Amino acid sequence: MPAVAPRSGDAIFASAERVNAELFTLTYGAIVRQLITDLEEVDEVNKQLDQMGYNIGVRLIDEFLAKSNVSRCVDFKETAEVIAKVGFKMFLGVTATVTNWDAEGTTCSLVLEDNPLVDFVELPDTCQGLHYCNVLNGVVRGALEMVSMKTEVTWIRDMLRGDDAYELQVKLLKQIPEEYPYKDDE
Amino acid sequence: MGREVSESCVDSLLIEMVSTYADRFYASKPELAARRIESIGYQVGHQLSERYTMDRPRFGDHLEAIKFICKDFWSEIFKKQIDNLKTNHRGTFVLQDNRFRWLSHISVDPSPDSSGPSGASQDASEASVENKAAQAASMHLYFPCGIIRGALTNLGISCAVSADISNLPACSFVIRIKV
Repeated sequence: MPAVAPRSGDAIFASAERVNAELFTLTYGAIVRQLITDLEEVDEVNKQLDQMGYNIGVRLIDEFLAKSNVSRCVDFKETAEVIAKVGFKMFLGVTATVTNWDAEGTTCSLVLEDNPLVDFVELPDTCQGLHYCNVLNGVVRGALEMVSMKTEVTWIRDMLRGDDAYELQVKLLKQIPEEYPYKDDE
Repeated sequence: MGREVSESCVDSLLIEMVSTYADRFYASKPELAARRIESIGYQVGHQLSERYTMDRPRFGDHLEAIKFICKDFWSEIFKKQIDNLKTNHRGTFVLQDNRFRWLSHISVDPSPDSSGPSGASQDASEASVENKAAQAASMHLYFPCGIIRGALTNLGISCAVSADISNLPACSFVIRIKV
């Protein structure tokens, strides 16, 4: 009988090495600002943030699996809950809510009301079209791809654009069957 | 106690930021990558020192400001103080952290690149791997150097900051104040 996935990441976050969120938030902000200076095009900045997030997600999944003791999620629904309640909590210290499921159970939304990435952030008018938190988008996509789920992640709501929450829509495109046994390095 | 995030958030963001600039944007121009990474650190240091000194009186001299960096500022970021401070009393300060956190998390993988040369040129390839490793590690040091420079600049002290890792895992930051 596999271990039941934890329903919350509170304990993992509490026991993790933690740092002052200000450093994280300001560093992320400085990176975004530098990207805007270097790339000029907002679309290109969005793309790079997503790419950075993807690479981070690909790496963080290992830590997530190791620390969370989550074994295999039975379906995409459970996966989404685990990301929202355990994944977000153990890294960012906040939880997301899963909502807006479609009838097929392949599309849902992760809603964040509290988001440490945006503390002290205000977007100037020149940044219309910027998805400031696009790194999160990439992290979710990258991490899920490592557990064989190909997804498309898009922003539905963004508080920096005047919405009342952050809403990330996650759409499951396909589940790639895992191959066993893994090939040894040849 | 303010808000916190897991240390892996900061670590992975820094690793990714360095790799974006050093391996993707400016793979063939390390000086440019270094300048961008330093500049990101500078912005962060400038803002952090603004926040951490809000309720303090102005520092009387350079040494006081440097001590603030060694104690309060370093503790906010790394939960420890700088272990050793030296100065030549002519504007150069050396701050040593005996176990610099941001380096202990970066393991520079010395395994030879599979596409690299092998056999007879083994020595050369090992040397180049070591060289690459040193370059990769130094890329990660532009960010903290930038942080220190930004923090001091915000305190009205313009300076140049470099890092020395000949004594790993210790790391020394050399601050040269401009007169």
